[in-house]
Amino acid sequence: MYSFNYERPSGINDAAGAVGEDDKFLAGGQSYLPTLKLRLAQVDKLVDLGGISDLKGISVSGGEVSIGAMTTHGTVATSSDVRSSIPALADMAAHIGDAQVRNRGTIGGSIANNDPAADYPSALVALNATVHTNKRSITADDFFVDLFETALEDGELITKVTFPVPQKAAYAKFPNPASRFALVGVFVAQTTSGARVAVTGAGPCVFRQSDMEAALSGNFSGAAVKGIQTVADKLNADIHASADYRAHLISVMAARAVDAAS
Amino acid sequence: MSVENGIGVSVKRKEDQRFITGNGKYLDDINKFGQTHGHFLRSPYAFAKIKNIDLSAAKTAPGVVDIFTGADMTADGIGGLICGWGINSKDGSPHVAPPHPCLATDTVKHVGDQVAFIVAETLQQAKDAAELIDVDYEELKSVTDVRQAAAAGAPQVHEEAAGNQCYDWEIGDKAAVDAAFTNAHHITKIDLINNRVSPNPMEPRAALGEYDPGTGEYTLHTTSQNPHVARLLLSAFVGVAPENKLRVIAPDVGGGFGTKIFLYAEETTAVWASKRVGRPIKWTADRSESFLTDAHGRDHATHAEMAFDADGHILGFRVSTKANMGAYLSTFASAVPTYLYATLLNGQYKMPCIYAEVQALFTNTTPVDAYRGAGRPEATYVVERIMERAARDMNMDPTELRLKNFIQPDAYPYETPVIMTYDTGDYPLTMTTAKDMIDYTGFAARKAKSAANGKLRGIGSSAYIEACGIAPSAAVGSLGAGVGLWESAEVRFNPTGSVTVFTGSHSHGQGHETTFAQLIADQLGVPFESIEVVHGDTTKVPFGMGTYGSRSLAVGGSAITKAADKIVEKAKKIAAHLMEASADDIEHSHGVFSVAGTDKQLTIGEIAFAAYVPHNYPADLEPGLAENAFYDPLNFTFPAGTHIAEVEIDPDTGVVEVVDWAAADDFGNVINPMIVEGQVHGGVAQGIGQALLEGVVYDDDSGQLLTGSYMDYCMPRADNFPNFRVETTNTPCPSNPLGVKGCGEAGAIAAPAALMNAITDALGKEIDMPATSEKVWRAAQNA
Repeated sequence: MYSFNYERPSGINDAAGAVGEDDKFLAGGQSYLPTLKLRLAQVDKLVDLGGISDLKGISVSGGEVSIGAMTTHGTVATSSDVRSSIPALADMAAHIGDAQVRNRGTIGGSIANNDPAADYPSALVALNATVHTNKRSITADDFFVDLFETALEDGELITKVTFPVPQKAAYAKFPNPASRFALVGVFVAQTTSGARVAVTGAGPCVFRQSDMEAALSGNFSGAAVKGIQTVADKLNADIHASADYRAHLISVMAARAVDAAS
Repeated sequence: MSVENGIGVSVKRKEDQRFITGNGKYLDDINKFGQTHGHFLRSPYAFAKIKNIDLSAAKTAPGVVDIFTGADMTADGIGGLICGWGINSKDGSPHVAPPHPCLATDTVKHVGDQVAFIVAETLQQAKDAAELIDVDYEELKSVTDVRQAAAAGAPQVHEEAAGNQCYDWEIGDKAAVDAAFTNAHHITKIDLINNRVSPNPMEPRAALGEYDPGTGEYTLHTTSQNPHVARLLLSAFVGVAPENKLRVIAPDVGGGFGTKIFLYAEETTAVWASKRVGRPIKWTADRSESFLTDAHGRDHATHAEMAFDADGHILGFRVSTKANMGAYLSTFASAVPTYLYATLLNGQYKMPCIYAEVQALFTNTTPVDAYRGAGRPEATYVVERIMERAARDMNMDPTELRLKNFIQPDAYPYETPVIMTYDTGDYPLTMTTAKDMIDYTGFAARKAKSAANGKLRGIGSSAYIEACGIAPSAAVGSLGAGVGLWESAEVRFNPTGSVTVFTGSHSHGQGHETTFAQLIADQLGVPFESIEVVHGDTTKVPFGMGTYGSRSLAVGGSAITKAADKIVEKAKKIAAHLMEASADDIEHSHGVFSVAGTDKQLTIGEIAFAAYVPHNYPADLEPGLAENAFYDPLNFTFPAGTHIAEVEIDPDTGVVEVVDWAAADDFGNVINPMIVEGQVHGGVAQGIGQALLEGVVYDDDSGQLLTGSYMDYCMPRADNFPNFRVETTNTPCPSNPLGVKGCGEAGAIAAPAALMNAITDALGKEIDMPATSEKVWRAAQNA
């Protein structure tokens, strides 16, 4: 780890004002701190968001679940509000990393990093969530841009994520056996505006499987999607899985998620 | 009579109190006054010439004490690392052992090869300085796959090794095997990859070197399984210091699995450089360095053929193996795919003839050496995969084919065609026991039930044998070993009757402090809590050979027993004097010495006191009560058994679930059944890891290590396993006084073949390890 400066503001505006061009916000640090320790990254200053109470917490009102950016996976997983409103979201959070990661890692940190194998991006896209920042609101469809790339501008700070409560939803993850990140993860949701299917792990960035969404609109059952193949051309391939295998797993995991949706 | 905390009792491990409460003293817990920190600059290339190393910017960086390169070590007369076992090729020529410098001189030969050693006030400063070193490399085309290394036109890893060949070795009777195949009714052929694995002990390798200018003595604290052997190599071959001026201490060591047997460049460099900088130097591998530099295991490509008569009896066995040595010959690397491998190709069977040839090859990869089982897992894997395949080919139940061919319990001693003499065993019993444990006959019904749920179910066996208790010195010497493989012990009574046992074995997780104390508690009747076991310090314990090859109890434990025998003989003389009887009339039982036919008796504690306060004492006897012994075994020991695995496969994803596991092992006499069961659990877990999840992968083009962290190298976890069923069916070993055979490697030897046989049974086709979900899914698609 290279040396860096450290600041821990207590307000959102203070944080936004503290971060310069070569600085970084620090959320739970579960991806970025290992990167620093391995000397794969160097930073002038870390602005730690852990002291900002306005960024933490969960509330439910008007058919919408609101989760503060600095809310940990462990908090989401065990929240009775989330469990009763969107059980699929709590289940997903309960299977991120291990207990230590869940007690440090946050929803804001995860989506700002946009790791292609992270779980949360699929939940946001399938549930048609909105990302709120200190400057604006961004739909999940617009937020996740590409590999480790989001719509966030320099110095822009995620404050919360709001999720409309779906009719039913589920997440099915096929974990990478080594890292236990998603080799393929499929989040499905039936919403008032139709079925949504979001795939993580398989491609460079989370994406919607529109053929499956169309098939599910008339028939929300696993059988409706199991035979639908995803084109493998743009999918990831590595020592753990070829693009073909990932494409196949999308169909299997989508069907399992649909059948498990509640 | 059974003794409290004696032989056969599952005594809780006394060392666990300190380990579990965080009071273990591992190497990185040790710090010395004035200590500096060492860091290695490593090659980013698999194969490159070093054209220039510019240290100028780095040497003036903050906190830097000094920086060393290969030229400095050469100038100081420090030699390279050596391989301690000579293997001759078919044509009689000795194996090729190219130079293995601690710090590269003109070329780097694998990613992670050491280029420079930076010593600084802090580790961060050492790492910062490393980034300022300017190395001018000329990258060369590399080769990492053992089959490609043997191909014409492959990059040449060493000038000295034409065709990358280290040796081309053979064993057995080629003509007899050829004749057997000519007359065969059935021949089964198989091609197998034994995947390269990374050992991953929980504690990384580490070293703390220091030099005392007053005495001229070096001290090296290091994570070693055999500190005396490390001292011997550092002295006699590397030339750091004479043995009497070099102390090697291996404190609590957190796992080894073989990889801490060897003498490495880092430990050697750290202790050498401590004199150069005049201060202690600590180096601790980070996990990335462990992946890059801890000697790997396995990495064989094998073709095997077995000939049978019309009744399914084995007629002959033919094996051809290519073994990957990596970039350099590690300490015992040459022996692993030869005398620790091909000598076990006889398995548990009556095989009239065997012929095996092994070509060892250099590649641009991390050196390969012994890893839990060392050669014997590779042998079992070949024998047991081909037995299972042959049974399927001949439409026989695989367990029946084995039972038909087993060496029978009345056939010992049994000489195999590959130089081993099995001393005892009951192979039919271990197999039938394992079958009963897993309800083998109920498998068809379970398979049908799985099929009804859309799942594929399979069952597979592995009837393994290993040669442990390594090893009779004369025997291994005749086969090329550079050392004897006896073990040492001292049993030292204190005046108050407590005992310190000094052993040349080394515990790095095996529980010696408990098992060895049980031996003394049993034999000499000393309370278990009054016995300390000391190991791992060359100035405290007699010269010892260390722990590997499931040898510590059979060889080291036997040495302790021999020393205790001497204690008993001396104590009898003291007892006779004190009780005014003839020594011939003194009877001994578990530390109580009595005069035959009387009620007169003394305890060993009373005798020890008399020995140290000899006011009333035999005139012709030395005072004190301490004896040492060296024990050289008469033969290898031959633990054997049958493991049976049952799996269920999800054909939609290819995920394999190990649903049941039965292990029936013959370990000879058992001292601590709980520790033995734990060793079986750990071994099986490691074997399942290799078969299902683990595998070192290098990029074909660049030679980069792709599995360089736990993000990509898949270690097994608790949820990968069922509850293991473990039983022992023990036939006492006739080759050592304790009747023990050893248990540390058995699980890792048995498990891969059992699991792969179960998976291939479910799939109906052969696949190689590791059975990743994609590989299994593809096979299931075409099933």
